[in-house]
Amino acid sequence: MESKFYEDNKLLVFKITDEIDDCSVQKIRRRADYEIERYMPKKVIFDFNSVTFMDSAGIGLIIGRYKFANMLGGKLEVANLTQNVKKIFEMSGILKLIPVTQI
Amino acid sequence: MKERIENEMKLEFASKATNESFARITVAAFASQLDPTIEELADIKTAVSEAVTNCIIHAYENKQGTIKINAQLKENQIIIQISDNGKGIENVDIAKEPLYTTKPNLERSGMGFTIMESFMDSMKVESIVGLGTKVTLIKTIKKQEEKEKEDEIVSLTKE
Repeated sequence: MESKFYEDNKLLVFKITDEIDDCSVQKIRRRADYEIERYMPKKVIFDFNSVTFMDSAGIGLIIGRYKFANMLGGKLEVANLTQNVKKIFEMSGILKLIPVTQI
Repeated sequence: MKERIENEMKLEFASKATNESFARITVAAFASQLDPTIEELADIKTAVSEAVTNCIIHAYENKQGTIKINAQLKENQIIIQISDNGKGIENVDIAKEPLYTTKPNLERSGMGFTIMESFMDSMKVESIVGLGTKVTLIKTIKKQEEKEKEDEIVSLTKE
């Protein structure tokens, strides 16, 4: 996973470059929480452009980070959803809660 | 008359999270003989990943165990059986409910069975407490001519 923090608008972007499953998700979660806590962003965006695979572990990952960012006063959005990712997010209903954005 | 099995494979591996990707990639490679679309293949990979994750997290609760996969190709269908000798599920109907999870503290979404059910054509869960669980997933891969026909209809309706 790559990440970039934009100081001027307090935006933290995570570009996930791994497959997202129960095995990989723990590493992604730890890194994301560490950086959210460190930068205290106003907005967090998860970019799914390079995600070649995701199962339901991705739902827990995004809901968990959404709650964490919220707790610290930030918002969370998702971007560049691939067909497979979109299908899973739509099924779980989390897109009613989390906006899809363009980056 | 007994149905003719055209091809079959068996896989047995340790219940380790690192084997989740091994399992879904292997089953997808086997399924690719039916010439599925990228989307159909993604559906199979996701469903297998959910089933194998269930074995590791719930059946064996991250302890040592063996997971078995049997996959068969019959005409244009793939039949995948994923089984474990873990703790079993007390109430399968409740476990299948969307959002039901016994481990919410670990950010589990409770969507595993729902995803398997909707990404495949059918799902059967057989479980005996203390003995283990067997999940059977079936998906029909559309034939090339049917796909072309569908594409034609889509392009016609767009005009």
